[in-house]
Amino acid sequence: MTDAPGHLLIVDDNKVNRLLLSRNVELLGHKASVAENGRVAMEMLSSQSFDLLLLDIEMPEMDGFQVLEAINADPDLRELPVLVTSSVEGLDNIVRCIELGAEDYLPKPVNKTLLSARVSSGLEKKRLRDEQRRLLERFATTEVAQDLQESGFAIGGKRANASVLFCDIRGFTTLSENLAPEATIDLLNTFYTLMFEAVTSNGGIVSLMLGDGLMALFGVPQPLNNTAQSAVAAGHEMHSMIEMLNHDRLADGEESLRIGIGIATGEVVAGYAGTDNRATYTCIGSTVNLAARLEAETQNTGSRILVDQETLDLLDGADVQKTFGKTQIKGFSDPFDIHAL
Amino acid sequence: MTNGPIDLDIFAELKDATGDEFAAELVNTFLDEAPGMIAELKAAADASDADGYRRAAHSIKSNANTFGATALAELARKIELGGIPATGDPTDAKALEASFAKAAAALRTLNND
Repeated sequence: MTDAPGHLLIVDDNKVNRLLLSRNVELLGHKASVAENGRVAMEMLSSQSFDLLLLDIEMPEMDGFQVLEAINADPDLRELPVLVTSSVEGLDNIVRCIELGAEDYLPKPVNKTLLSARVSSGLEKKRLRDEQRRLLERFATTEVAQDLQESGFAIGGKRANASVLFCDIRGFTTLSENLAPEATIDLLNTFYTLMFEAVTSNGGIVSLMLGDGLMALFGVPQPLNNTAQSAVAAGHEMHSMIEMLNHDRLADGEESLRIGIGIATGEVVAGYAGTDNRATYTCIGSTVNLAARLEAETQNTGSRILVDQETLDLLDGADVQKTFGKTQIKGFSDPFDIHAL
Repeated sequence: MTNGPIDLDIFAELKDATGDEFAAELVNTFLDEAPGMIAELKAAADASDADGYRRAAHSIKSNANTFGATALAELARKIELGGIPATGDPTDAKALEASFAKAAAALRTLNND
């Protein structure tokens, strides 16, 4: 058996059936919990997580059809695979189970080999669905989804401390002039995939994609222990990912990519901007402007990552390559000390 | 191979799939639970509770199939599909009780083998 063990919930009003199915499931290497009717099962499903449901149809209080309907109506449970195990009479009842979303129907007494195959395939489906959800969340940003779930959707922002990161491909216009449009899109897709990975694996979210660049936020909507540390770690990861990509590109006789990164830390106003019909999670404030200017400044100073003083102060032992004291930044009246990492 | 009220092939398969000790415990559970199911069937008939009547017959059928109690399962299936009798008619319940008694005796013997 190659399956990872799953946790199954067995729902049956008959004690002999519960014992027998539990035994079979445990012999297959999985964990089994039992419920004696649909109502008990729904209570258990709301408080624990299961990988698969083995569901009887004929039950008092709440029967299998009602359980299937309740699962369908619940967005958190809709993806839970259900195997109906019953000796219910009539093809129409079996058809009804499938129509209500059951994965499959196993007649009782349940054949052990058939059960093993169906459980494996049900668990595999669950695993694929979970994987799909994780991939989706990576791009729709889990944090924004969570924030929406917890506090609801409302246009308007709130103040928070955050680190803002801008990243841009150097000389992208020149680079893309020599490429077919399809190849340009391919290149951007690769770039974004790598950059998203660097941002999300460090607890940040990508809030804007800007042609050949992006803006990422660390510390909003979900707080982080050290927003500057996370943003700088993401910045370094972005550079090492681009180096790996360049290694492949050079081998294929293609031009290297170069990126610049600016990071600033401070108070921002973050929230949903737009209209009730179309809105985006975004972030505004002088910290955002500064991060964008620092990114532009990487080109003038030939730096990989430029950070402001507030970001540097929060870092735990940063390796500063060079400090540019009292630098005049466009859009800001007072000069800044900025640091190349 | 059918020998009396129990299909020995099915019973052997159950023991093979779940282990002798577990199968013996499962038989004891059935012997403990079945009289309650028959009582439920009678009570449902008395109360003209068609759902309860069908469900009790269905449970007995399902368990009888598990142990290879073929005759008992067939009778329970007929009752499940036949619908509730006129109030107080004990014919089906009595037949089921008699069939269960035979199956139970055979299962007890098999458990002591």
